Amino acid sequence: MAFEDLIGGSIWDEYSQKVQDLMNNPQNQGEITEEDAERIGGKLIVADFGAESCGDAVRLYWVVEEKTNIIKEAKFKSFGCGTAIASSDTMIQLCKGKTVDEAVKITNIDVEHAMRDNPDTPAVPPQKMHCSVMSYDVIKKAAGQYKGVDAESFETEIIVCECARVTLGTLQEVIKLNDLKTIEQITDYTKAGAFCKSCIRPGGHEEKEYYLVDILADVRAEMEQERLKNIADGIVTGTTTATFADMTIVQKLKKTEEVIDEFIRPMLIMDGGNIEIIDIKQERANIDVYMRYMGACVGCASSSTGTLFAIENTLKEKLDENIRVLPI
Amino acid sequence: MRIYLDNNATTIVDRRVKDAMMPFFVEKFGNPNSLHSFASDTHPALKCAMGQLYNGINANQKDDIIITSCATESNNWVLKSIYFDHILNSEKNHIITSEVEHPSIIAVCKFLESLGVEVTYLPVNSQGIVEVATLENAITDKTALVSIMWANNETGMIFPIKEMAQLCQAKGVLFHTDAVQAVGKLKVNVSDVPVDYLSFSAHKFHGPKAVGGLFIRQGKRISPLMHGGEHMGGLRSGTLNVAGIVGMGYALEIANRYIAYEDKSIRYLRDKLEDALLDIPDVFIIGDRANRTPNTVLASIKGVEGESMLWDLNRSNIAASTGSACASEDLESNPIMEAIGADLDLAHTAVRFSLSRFTTEAEIDFVIEKTNEAVKRLRAISSSYAYTPKNHKSEL
Ligand SMILES: Cc1ncc(COP(=O)(O)O)c(C=O)c1O
Repeated sequence: MAFEDLIGGSIWDEYSQKVQDLMNNPQNQGEITEEDAERIGGKLIVADFGAESCGDAVRLYWVVEEKTNIIKEAKFKSFGCGTAIASSDTMIQLCKGKTVDEAVKITNIDVEHAMRDNPDTPAVPPQKMHCSVMSYDVIKKAAGQYKGVDAESFETEIIVCECARVTLGTLQEVIKLNDLKTIEQITDYTKAGAFCKSCIRPGGHEEKEYYLVDILADVRAEMEQERLKNIADGIVTGTTTATFADMTIVQKLKKTEEVIDEFIRPMLIMDGGNIEIIDIKQERANIDVYMRYMGACVGCASSSTGTLFAIENTLKEKLDENIRVLPI
Repeated sequence: MRIYLDNNATTIVDRRVKDAMMPFFVEKFGNPNSLHSFASDTHPALKCAMGQLYNGINANQKDDIIITSCATESNNWVLKSIYFDHILNSEKNHIITSEVEHPSIIAVCKFLESLGVEVTYLPVNSQGIVEVATLENAITDKTALVSIMWANNETGMIFPIKEMAQLCQAKGVLFHTDAVQAVGKLKVNVSDVPVDYLSFSAHKFHGPKAVGGLFIRQGKRISPLMHGGEHMGGLRSGTLNVAGIVGMGYALEIANRYIAYEDKSIRYLRDKLEDALLDIPDVFIIGDRANRTPNTVLASIKGVEGESMLWDLNRSNIAASTGSACASEDLESNPIMEAIGADLDLAHTAVRFSLSRFTTEAEIDFVIEKTNEAVKRLRAISSSYAYTPKNHKSEL
């Protein structure tokens, strides 16, 4: 990434040949009047999306045959950069001949894929991906007008990243299942935030309702709550599914004391000795249990050999493989 | 034929300048600070170049003109050293600049804000300039520095720098000007205009890239940004860019010789282009042409998005810009349009043409023709000029 980023390239070099050709020569650019619609034999639908003040605006014209709901003719007008014009043009091409219900299923991903020169190379650079989103939005707008319903009703899920069409549900699930901790990881797993970046945090190109930073923080907080709750439940019922390593320090201490009380202390006390736990620390993979011998154990030859191994092995067996017992 | 009308971003190096620089790569490659004849070989040309720079802005021998790696460095140096010398551990905590400065000022101010400095970004009027009264009202007894550009890179508008410098002088506030777009295009005379610091850059006046300068008035020295050896009197360390300095000095001397020519002939070509743009309906030009650098015109063309305009011009082998070269990869609108309070719908429609003394009338005629074609084509596609049926209300 670093080498690539140092000398900025021209975004134009990343436009596919198809995008460039459509920019130079859009095929479906134009307008449809009421008279045209009458002649073609359908209902004229005109929908606008975007705004010139934001840098992108598109107007979509459809003639829909009311008997069949088929889009008989379609045209667009667009204020925007080359990729906006090319995306609008491609979107119109994809609408034509489809029913309105089929057309609302066209997504910005379909539009972008249709503009690729070869299947594996994106048609536009990441920061231009949002241009194709507008094509998708204007279709929903037009369909809503035609059916007399709100454009939002075609969206059954909340889309957080429009460029990559990643839903809120997907994000929450992926973060949880894969234990994701950073925005970069979310982008690697889902592509959300890889394109125009508006959805990462407030202050980007577009204002959003949901931002990845907030979703991540919320899900992580929820996961932490759940973790603590599981451990607490497990300790109360004695059927913990949470591992020893997952427990809080307080819980680890309690659990360790329980094991020592049950399996170790009785033996030591028989010999007039005892131990006391001083601290428990997580040291990378190891869990270090610091303890002190008391009574007859102090100075006993076996305290640094046999007894120590016995204590450590018991804790390993009952609690966690990675426990080390360190007398001080 | 390719036509270059992006001279506010950078300029072609004058061949004479290039020729003057050539000996300092191979024949006279010595380090000027060494003690042998290889070093001495470079001294006459360096002295000459420094003389050309002092003459070029009419500086006094007692002032400093320190060579830097670019105007971005010069701007960073002034702002950061004022912070260290006059704000940190002092009563003062305030810097004044404008909303339309180059990123090499704005970004440094944002950084200083993160360190606790208070920064005022002065608004511009509908002409795109800061008014003296606006500045006067913003100065407080906590103000350590005022930094206002001499001419704006996007509009070419010339700021009332002399009055502002005099005002600051009278109030005892340090004054810096980013004169990158003025030096070599306008008469810049630091003996007449009481600025304390002034930044400039060679590649904007047909000199080489990556060499610039900072004028520091006598008695107003600031701490170095680049600590190191004893180069440039200890104020800016780093082995001297001999070829760059030679090129910059000569380039400024030549540029100053052309100021009258540019003011007459390049202004004529710019005005011709501007008039042709104004002949197109719904075109709006930013700033009064009499008060602009003679090479610049920033036009807003309703219904035509800036990048697509550049696309069409580029297909006709014409280079123009939508704004700051640094921001050309950026998706955002031209900030100057917002600053002057232009209609929001025009925010993405700005196109800048910036000429140079190498621009010819034939080129301008060609640009006029191709611009008209591009506007026609793009407006035919544009939703701003689209048919609206009677019962259709265009909501967002
Ligand atoms: C007004 C202004 N200031 C500063 C700069 C930066 O100059 P340099 O490229 O030498 O860093 C520029 C050039 O883009 C400019 O136009």
